[in-house]
Amino acid sequence: MQFVIPVGIVVGIGLLSGVILTVAAKFMAVAVDETAARITEALPGANCGACGYAGCADYAGVLAADHSVAANLCTPGGNAVALAISEILGVEFEGAQAKVAIVKCSGTREKTSYSMDYQGYKNCTANKLFYRGRGTCEKACLGFGDCVKVCDYGAIYIENGIAVVDRKKCVGCGACAKVCPNLLIEIVPDNMRVVVGCSSIDKGSVTKDICSIGCIACKLCEKSCKFDAIHVENNHAIIDYTKCTNCTLCAKVCPTKVIHVHPKKPKVKAQ
Amino acid sequence: MTELAIIMMGAVLTNNFVLVKFLGICPFLGVSKKLDSAVGMSLAVIFVMVLATAVTYPIYMGLLARYGIEYLQTIVFILVIAALVQLVEIAMKKHLPALHKGLGVYLPLITTNCAVLGVCILNIDESYTFIQSLVNAFGAGLGFLLAMVMFSGVRQRIENNDYPISFKGVPSILVAASIMSLSFMGFAGVIDGIFGL
Repeated sequence: MQFVIPVGIVVGIGLLSGVILTVAAKFMAVAVDETAARITEALPGANCGACGYAGCADYAGVLAADHSVAANLCTPGGNAVALAISEILGVEFEGAQAKVAIVKCSGTREKTSYSMDYQGYKNCTANKLFYRGRGTCEKACLGFGDCVKVCDYGAIYIENGIAVVDRKKCVGCGACAKVCPNLLIEIVPDNMRVVVGCSSIDKGSVTKDICSIGCIACKLCEKSCKFDAIHVENNHAIIDYTKCTNCTLCAKVCPTKVIHVHPKKPKVKAQ
Repeated sequence: MTELAIIMMGAVLTNNFVLVKFLGICPFLGVSKKLDSAVGMSLAVIFVMVLATAVTYPIYMGLLARYGIEYLQTIVFILVIAALVQLVEIAMKKHLPALHKGLGVYLPLITTNCAVLGVCILNIDESYTFIQSLVNAFGAGLGFLLAMVMFSGVRQRIENNDYPISFKGVPSILVAASIMSLSFMGFAGVIDGIFGL
């Protein structure tokens, strides 16, 4: 009979723990917001932060609590997710504006050159921090691919020393734009096809010497634009995408051909 | 007081749970990738270690030792610690949602952590008093924090360097961990020096 006490003690402790846990789970249950849970399920779950909130669950919580928050902020999810959220919340569906990243540098290895044989940490941030970039142009793409590392969609890659966006894969989450130490990446509506591929802040004559494609701030585009959508600021052209109409006139007059035009995207209808 | 200080220093440096006793290696390798998650995990470990000691010590002394069934300590401690961590998680979710957001994800991981069980059993083996046990548990947690923070720094250095492709991933991490463990052997005898024993 000497086994009664040990067995009794272990069973007793187990039983006690079980009862305490059950009671605690009952009394301290946290009411889960059903709406928020359903929205979280509808969201892609990439936690990219493109909506401006800390993650998918956070955005869902805000949506469930406050119906005045726009339901179409999730760019990776696009129309389908915006529609699903609108249905859950019972608000009117507004089409989601798909977005895409653009890289504002075209300085490939043939167009511009390195000013050093860099041997340090192989990432853009370190290179920028220690040497202000390894190229002759201070605002050139550093080409170590910090943006490639953070992209969850495999939509950006380094080709010939500069970052290139694959418009078919890019969902416009903006993760790359946040890590680029030269601030070369911008998120724009994906129907915008005209891109100024330069962010140079040097004077036109200097840019001409160090990069054969760089913007020389000649202002021909500014004069040609009928919609007041392109302006030269800080020695490079900047497009105001709220005014741009994709007429591509600026690209035609640009002497260095730094204004690129992307091919039209095949139209996809919202379900 | 001196004795408590010796126990504390010993738990942090000379008997560091991760690097000298090789307990809790799983979170040490798994969660040390980023500094903030390493710190979060360590804080949760400190909390659970102290709490688990505070609960298991009376159970051992009051029940197991009294009835002469010390051989059941492992299974009873596992049971009690698992239930305790679960209870803490439920209570934390209700009353301290902010803290739960920070530590919550790590709590279930700790439930079956051998470092937590180890500190409870070692306290009994060393026949510490209740206060000494608590101090030892807290010190062990601090030592865990120290190892995690240092190692996450080392790992970030490794990631930023070029090294042979055959060492990519886990091999480089294990080599780094073993070198760090070797360096902690240098603390042997430090306590005697500090307190003039």
